[in-house]
Amino acid sequence: MSIILKNGFVFDPINGIKGDKSTIFIEDGLIVENLKNKNAKVVDVSNKIIMPGGLEIHSHVAGGKPNIGRAFRPEDHERFVMPKTNITRSGSGYSTPSTFMTGYLYSMMGYTTVFTPAMPPLMARHTHEELYDLPMVDKGGYTLCDGNWFILKYLREGDIEKCAAYVSWLLKATKGFAIKLTNPGGSEAWAWGRNCRNLDDEVPHFKITPREIIEGMVEVNEKLALPHSVHLHANNLGRPGNYTTTLDTLKIPKGIKSPRHRQTLHITHIQFNSYGGDSWNTLESKSDKIANAINKLDNITVDTGNIVFGDTTTMSADGPLEYYLQSITGLKWANRNVELETSPGVTPMVYSPKMATTSIQWAIGLELPLLIKDPWKVFLATDHPNGGPFTKYPEIIASLMSSKFRNQTLSEVNKAVHKRSILPTLEREYDFYDVAIFTRAGQAKAFGLDKNKGHLGVGAHADIAVYDLNPDKIDPNNEYKLIKDKFSLAYLTIKDGKIVVRDGKITKVIDGRTYWIDSSTPKNIEKEVYKDIDYYFKRYYSINLANYPVSEDYLTRPTVLKTNT
Amino acid sequence: MKEIVLIPEELPTIGLEADTISPDFFANKKINEINNLVVFCGNEKLTLGDFFNIKGSVGQRISDIKIIIAGDVSLVKRIGQGMSGGEILIKGNAGMYVGAEMKGGTIVVEGDIGSFSGQRMRGGQFIIKGNAGNYLGASYRGDWRGMRGGEITVDGNVGSETGEFMVGGKIHIKGNCGPFIGIHMTKGLIIIEGDADKRVGAQMVGGTILVNGKTEMLPSFKLEGDESNLNINGAKFNGPFLKFKGDMAEMHSKGTVYVRK
Repeated sequence: MSIILKNGFVFDPINGIKGDKSTIFIEDGLIVENLKNKNAKVVDVSNKIIMPGGLEIHSHVAGGKPNIGRAFRPEDHERFVMPKTNITRSGSGYSTPSTFMTGYLYSMMGYTTVFTPAMPPLMARHTHEELYDLPMVDKGGYTLCDGNWFILKYLREGDIEKCAAYVSWLLKATKGFAIKLTNPGGSEAWAWGRNCRNLDDEVPHFKITPREIIEGMVEVNEKLALPHSVHLHANNLGRPGNYTTTLDTLKIPKGIKSPRHRQTLHITHIQFNSYGGDSWNTLESKSDKIANAINKLDNITVDTGNIVFGDTTTMSADGPLEYYLQSITGLKWANRNVELETSPGVTPMVYSPKMATTSIQWAIGLELPLLIKDPWKVFLATDHPNGGPFTKYPEIIASLMSSKFRNQTLSEVNKAVHKRSILPTLEREYDFYDVAIFTRAGQAKAFGLDKNKGHLGVGAHADIAVYDLNPDKIDPNNEYKLIKDKFSLAYLTIKDGKIVVRDGKITKVIDGRTYWIDSSTPKNIEKEVYKDIDYYFKRYYSINLANYPVSEDYLTRPTVLKTNT
Repeated sequence: MKEIVLIPEELPTIGLEADTISPDFFANKKINEINNLVVFCGNEKLTLGDFFNIKGSVGQRISDIKIIIAGDVSLVKRIGQGMSGGEILIKGNAGMYVGAEMKGGTIVVEGDIGSFSGQRMRGGQFIIKGNAGNYLGASYRGDWRGMRGGEITVDGNVGSETGEFMVGGKIHIKGNCGPFIGIHMTKGLIIIEGDADKRVGAQMVGGTILVNGKTEMLPSFKLEGDESNLNINGAKFNGPFLKFKGDMAEMHSKGTVYVRK
């Protein structure tokens, strides 16, 4: 099918296009210069915004934890229900939406690519089974490497070569897209009821520190030349005064060179790591310190991890954090140990605007993207569902585009926000170009997928979102409600050259690609590592090695990205 | 007040989801419009008129409406769900979820009712002249925010986990109750005139439970002494009672349980 998108205002930051009126030609799922097919469908999108399809960098949509969340929060599923239609399935869940509905909801917002950030290797099969049932978007999972016994062992021995060979095998076995570290060291320590809150706390029995794990894994990542950098959930997350740990963490990858043109470390949901004060009563924003440090570094990217007021579910491979949260709220809590690999937890959370702490957390989430000068370094995410469901992204976009909207919310939340945060003093407002970087182009670059994702140049995948907003007429500062509504429901979403959403309604259900990485490492080292794997599986794992790797049969449209060292 | 009578005709042998039987849905409608209100039977979308013969007159305002169900509706669920005013009189047994999320008005059931009735109730009067099932005045499954306000009175007995996660309001049981009454309770009042089965107020952190009959207390409750001539929200109980504080298995628990000595 061929489509001509006529006369839209194009925002395509990778190609430097800032709202110029132009026409886009789509053929065979790609953006092309000229159409071969004469019977193209012409869609008039004059007075509307055209952007590349949205890219999600960090959203827990599949894996062990979202499924625990779904199972133990029936009350959350009662809150939001979507009936079936002729082409879509029914679904439910406000903060823990069911798989099919997750795909529909993303597509309705104009998103076309979603990555789930925490796939414990032993649960990779289950994660891919969930992703299989997540239609409409291209997808992939980051393999959790934080508490992995092999990795801890190799890094302690200082054997980067072997560690790289193991990680390469692990990514192939789990069909993973990137390396994810969650509270490195801390999640293994949690198996002994302990934690690693500082970068130099030793992991019990492994004689290694979080600093060494992060540094080692960044080296491994660059040795394998993976498309994305190490994706880090930093230590000491969600505790007052943790900004010093974050500042230390930001310095770790300094000096490690990457063969690719991208950051060497991505720190995720950094809002939760930008706290000052020494207790919840004295919690204050340190986003200025964090933003200053990021402004000075060019090897770091972050995503925001905004919180949204309301009731949500927190879930993290950071087991000790979830235990800590549940001890504050007194609500139900699930904890899990994935043998030799990781130990996640899940607990519900209510972010109330009446509370000082949550109001300050809300403010920090907006301060960071306003203070970080280079928009290519900071991306939108709520750490769905930890800070709030991804369906609230338009509200955050509107808050960044309109200081009036921010000031209105500031007048409604706890007064502490005026003393202990700096949001009231910030006047910067995002424009549509910034929003396009913040929600799609920046992510594409950080993923190393910017050849065919996140832009509208010739040869890119025809993943496109059209929003019914006229940048010439609209005044985002005053019309923030319109911004919120129009970004919530795309006028058109085009995925692989097919119109899948029209006027906020699903018109066609398709399966997206599943990305995974095949990296090569020297054969002689691989051999030694395979021996270790064999030994560990026989000795410690409860399953047989042959049953461990996930085959491509579990993936929709498997798309392998090969890297060479 | 204007009366509208629903006479059950051919009721199905499986549950009928009829949250449309409520003054909020009936207000300002004509009889034929009420006949066309949607009910679900399994996965089939049907109308109220398919199951009931509807007569009488309908009030303009919610508070002017009295719905009388003249017969047994044991398999009809969600009668009066979320109602904010008016009156419902059920002259027989009723199914599950009667008066769930009720905000105001009055429901009177002359027979027995099914489980999860008065779930997450916020206000109004709910009178049951027969027995009630399990989870009367409880929370939604998995939720920690249960009954918030209003008053439930049961002339007969109730099943287990009555007032689960209760955060306000009053439940008065004139008969006996099953195990785990007031489990996870944080506020509100439960009065049992008969006997209570085991584990009264398990994991409660606040609120008051009075058992005017016999029960066996959990070891995690602290005996604070005797008390007589109690006056709780205007209701007088002579006693003498044993006063317990708990449940000490929870942090900062301030719940009170009185048990007839």
